[in-house]
Amino acid sequence: MPPQTMAEKILARAAGLPYVEPGDFVEAEVDRVMVNDLTGPLTVEALRKLSRPRVAHPERLIIVLDHQTPADSVHSARLHKILREFASEFHVENFYDVGWGVCHQVLPEEGHVAPGMLVVGADSHTCTYGAFGAFATGVGSTDAAAALALGKLWFKVPESMKIEVKGVPRLPLTGKDVILHIIGKVGEDGANYRSVEFTGEAISALSMDSRMTISNMAVEMGAKAGLMEVDEKTLEFLRQVGVGGAKPVKSDPEASYVETLEVDVGGLEPQVAAPPSPANVKPVSELSSVEVDQAFLGSCTNGRLEDLRIAARILKGRKVASRVRFIVIPASRRIYEQALEEGLIQTLVKAGAVVGPPTCGPCLGGHLGVLAEDEVCISTTNRNFTGRMGSPKAEIYLASAATVAASALTGRITDPREVMAE
Amino acid sequence: MILEGKALKYGDNINTDLIIPGKYLILTSPAELAAHAMEGGGPEFPRKIREHGILVAGRNFGCGSSREHAPLALKHAGTRCILAESFARIFFRNSVNLGLPVLECPGISRQVSTGDLLKVNLAEGYVENSTRGVRLKAKAFPDFLLKILERGGLMAYVEARLGEEE
Repeated sequence: MPPQTMAEKILARAAGLPYVEPGDFVEAEVDRVMVNDLTGPLTVEALRKLSRPRVAHPERLIIVLDHQTPADSVHSARLHKILREFASEFHVENFYDVGWGVCHQVLPEEGHVAPGMLVVGADSHTCTYGAFGAFATGVGSTDAAAALALGKLWFKVPESMKIEVKGVPRLPLTGKDVILHIIGKVGEDGANYRSVEFTGEAISALSMDSRMTISNMAVEMGAKAGLMEVDEKTLEFLRQVGVGGAKPVKSDPEASYVETLEVDVGGLEPQVAAPPSPANVKPVSELSSVEVDQAFLGSCTNGRLEDLRIAARILKGRKVASRVRFIVIPASRRIYEQALEEGLIQTLVKAGAVVGPPTCGPCLGGHLGVLAEDEVCISTTNRNFTGRMGSPKAEIYLASAATVAASALTGRITDPREVMAE
Repeated sequence: MILEGKALKYGDNINTDLIIPGKYLILTSPAELAAHAMEGGGPEFPRKIREHGILVAGRNFGCGSSREHAPLALKHAGTRCILAESFARIFFRNSVNLGLPVLECPGISRQVSTGDLLKVNLAEGYVENSTRGVRLKAKAFPDFLLKILERGGLMAYVEARLGEEE
């Protein structure tokens, strides 16, 4: 049997084959299917087109209402209602209604993701679960419907690409700086159709929060998945959420990669992606003259405890600049609760933050922080495409929670190291 | 499957926020979505694509979100086929699943201008530019995907599969 990458092993197992090769078309058994309130209604519509609509394995389906939540219009409320009724009709127990949080935080946190799984989600950032050693990939609503009806879905086995990340990033550097740096090197489509495997001492040194940020943004360079091998930190996370019996999958030492890239993040400066592409990455010092109107901390990319902690550390006892709206949205209710317990929310509110309920919110220009013409936002999110957060004439800069908090403080794009207390 | 139409040309990295901005994702009706197709690049697309029919683009067409609203809006606005240097993978899947033909055609951005008359042969994988008198080779469309397209999309294929299982 030829040596295999972890992505190939997972797809082979799910397809019931001894091995697979890049370029093969396989039909594979899907372990989890996720839909949300914007993509799910189209999935329901597709299923209802069948002469006999069915969900082969209701226990594998997870529905999360997170994008337009709480409902901000009658339209959104209708979408939520469609999914509630569907969940009840098809006995879907894994139904996370308004307030649970952003799908890519909720799934791992509620124990729905385990190493070695094949997960599809009708959301492009489904690749987040690669941080747990799962082959997780974004698909469309109709794909999700097919996977639900058949329990299986077609896949083209991707070529694997290895990214070895050397050096140890130290706070305020986090996973966001690492992945922005990588996307800047690889480009917006440099990993298109590929499965990326992140390895190296930087990955080992980073927290699970940071690793999720890295896998999350793999799609921003076109990747189909962004996997990491399981280690003690992964197992500890899984223990805490009650996932036992993990069967980690490792790449064979002789497995072949279409490309191997080495990146050193040891002495890295905080990174920022300037509009209009997540690949338009520059060191923060080159953008220090950019003034901001809004700063947003949240989303599936960076709304986790590590992010809230560092923002609170930077803003403790200080006030954000009077011209800046600082919006903070914890990625899930559990994160919100823990942040309250640690006093992070109090610190941020006292500093002038507007704290919203767990939701995707302004990331996709949905609600709770939409931008007007000629406004500038620095954001912890994943995309700065033209028009992403509102007006096509607004500008979005992507950065870590530390850089966003530091910029909220001064009113211009700021290196967090300049404002952090020793 | 042979398709004919005039080219309407766009550039590289046309992302899903441009194809259908996030604020319209609360819509599910194809006609309503179609009215806003490519709105991120201006309001004129729905009128122009009805006159042209074939969308031609550069690299990484459809990058970004998994929103199926993007190919749905393009298809119902009157796009008969999309030819690009390359596609983002989720957009590619979504289009096939909805029965919208998408063909990877390396070199097309240099060989086609807006208004050129095109003839597309999906099964054999080529594009004829009648205006310029050139024939371009496209990447072969795998049989498996062609079957889905010929049935009109993935759900029709699923329906057939479920029928076989019974």
